[in-house]
Amino acid sequence: MDFLIFQVPILMVQASMDGILLGILFALIAYGMALQWGVMNIINIAQGELVIMGGYIAYFMYVLGIHPAFGVIVSPVIMYFVGWGMYKLVINKVVDRDLFISILATFGISILAQQLMNFAFGADVVVAQSNFGTTMLFDNMVTLPNAKIFSGVVCVISAIILVVYMKKSKLGRAIRATAQNARAAKILGVDTEKVYAATFGLNAALCGIAGSCIAITFTLHPYTGLTYTVRSFMIVIIAGLGNLPAVAISGMGLGIFEEWADYLLGTEFRIAAVFSLLVLILVYRRFKLSRKREYLK
Amino acid sequence: MNKVSKLVLTFFSAITLIFVSTTVSFSKVVGDKIILGAAVSLTGKYSSNGVHTQNGYNLAVERINSMGGVKVGGKTYKFEIIYYDDESNSGRAAQLAERLIKQDGVQFMLGPYSSGLTKAMAPVTEKYKIPMVEANGASRSLFTKGYKYLFAVLAPANLYLDVAIDLAVEKNGGKPVTIAMAFEQDAFSQDVRLGILDAAERTKSKIIIDDKLPKELNDMAATLSKVKATNPDVLVVSGHTKGALTAVRQISEMKVDVKMLAMTHCDAAKLSKQHGKAAEYALCASQWHKSLSYKDKFFGGGMKYAADFKKKFDYDPPYQSAESSAALLVFKDAFERANSFDTKKVRDALAATDMQTFYGNIKFAEGGQNVSKPMVLFQVICNDDGSKCENKVVAPTKWASAELVHPIPSWSKR
Repeated sequence: MDFLIFQVPILMVQASMDGILLGILFALIAYGMALQWGVMNIINIAQGELVIMGGYIAYFMYVLGIHPAFGVIVSPVIMYFVGWGMYKLVINKVVDRDLFISILATFGISILAQQLMNFAFGADVVVAQSNFGTTMLFDNMVTLPNAKIFSGVVCVISAIILVVYMKKSKLGRAIRATAQNARAAKILGVDTEKVYAATFGLNAALCGIAGSCIAITFTLHPYTGLTYTVRSFMIVIIAGLGNLPAVAISGMGLGIFEEWADYLLGTEFRIAAVFSLLVLILVYRRFKLSRKREYLK
Repeated sequence: MNKVSKLVLTFFSAITLIFVSTTVSFSKVVGDKIILGAAVSLTGKYSSNGVHTQNGYNLAVERINSMGGVKVGGKTYKFEIIYYDDESNSGRAAQLAERLIKQDGVQFMLGPYSSGLTKAMAPVTEKYKIPMVEANGASRSLFTKGYKYLFAVLAPANLYLDVAIDLAVEKNGGKPVTIAMAFEQDAFSQDVRLGILDAAERTKSKIIIDDKLPKELNDMAATLSKVKATNPDVLVVSGHTKGALTAVRQISEMKVDVKMLAMTHCDAAKLSKQHGKAAEYALCASQWHKSLSYKDKFFGGGMKYAADFKKKFDYDPPYQSAESSAALLVFKDAFERANSFDTKKVRDALAATDMQTFYGNIKFAEGGQNVSKPMVLFQVICNDDGSKCENKVVAPTKWASAELVHPIPSWSKR
């Protein structure tokens, strides 16, 4: 079989650009997950639902006649409090337990959130129109929707702001201290309870930003959150915790890999390809680890 | 409580239980009411279409009852439906079918929404030999299993879009065309795909892209880039509402020019409302359109049905409602011809159905699918600023209310 992508080389540019823009979006969601996982040792299965919820905020702004792009400002603010409330209601009761309990708890939240969103927003698939137009490159052969470019830029800016915030601000330092050693931080006067709530809120806010971007680039439906959870989980697994550059690189790498897999293996295998890659990486990691252990012996 | 009284109590409760269940199991016809059972999705991911289905059923029940009901054996009966919510879950749907039949004693069933749920319920109704008239399961595999008690008023999924290929060939001066397809990997969309494969073979057309979209995918950029690079005559997309919305969004954003764009689920996706002018010129497969000239004595014609429906439920009827209403007309007709409530006789009467309803002609093939009603294709046509878009029937030519715009003007001129 001859591959279209090699016959029409410009498609390589298109595939890579699409992949990067897709990857940046996933990377932002993954960063929220990594943050929370690192600080509180909680894997949030409801991550995707937070994203969709954030998207619906942008969608309702659009319905009310406000440009949905402003969702990237409004949505994180609202979502911060949603995340904060979620922590106060449920997560603070499971935060010191083992990982399994927190997975169950967040899984429960995810089902509840799906049903509530379905009840509140209806089961229709919705989109918000940004009317941003399209950027055409290389004599119209490469087309990039401006909405996707906008999303990419917004995600990069938010990530940068977050990194600076974590480095410079008092809360950022407290979060990092708690992540390193919660008990020690507590002894030194850090209110870990507050730090946890803020971390959960920050994660939800990041999801809100990503959700607003999804509202203008893709589609929204109460039951589509799981895709984002799984994808961000994967990026975090590959990148490791607390390593933002690695999250960004693995997010974009996966995006590009996925787009290329579409051309080379066929659309039906693109998601399978990404998962196979995950398995390979995990096996490789384990292999490396076991060699290290032998060395230590 | 001593042992004896316990024993007596158990004995009596057992007797009562038997008594209760036997009285219930003869409740298919109570007094002057014919009880029909239905599990529809009132919650969960199919809830909007589940409600369309229920509204369609209810409107028809009301209409038939108010116009004299059903005459069987010289007596007049009225329809009544027992509803359960299947939560858009096929496991639940199968359970509810059992419950309707075993506990509620229902002997006649109406279908749920979607092929998947119908597939879950059909084996149950078949096992108990309960006739089921369904209006929302179009998957071809429903009609190849040899079910004897399943009847569908709608055309099977493989006939949804093959008309579009014929139309494209006709517009191409009878010469074969090149086709790009993108179908979601689920039973329904893959059936639509099979129909296109047949049509391509029949017209000797060439399929140059055949993408199967994973269910969780909401990005078609790669497929559309391939379309751009290969420049096919027809692009066919089917992936439920999400597929339709994603396709139109990305086709307009990526400025993909094709001569013809054919899809499914435009109505359900409220395509022209959500995308406005970007959706213009899309060809959409539909089971029914209000402008079709079929008639019956209960609803008059399509226009009348649409007006009555809107008056009662305050929105325009999607075809899911129309076909659901038609299911009850079929049941009424069959009861009267069978002149009995014996499930076997009603089943035979259903199999012999040959009638016209406002929704279309209904005549069942061996497998239970309706073969005498063609699909219609409409094209989305908008006014200049895109504030108002209309669906104009363009095929089959017999009912066409507008001329097909072909080829679709390129994005640089729109």
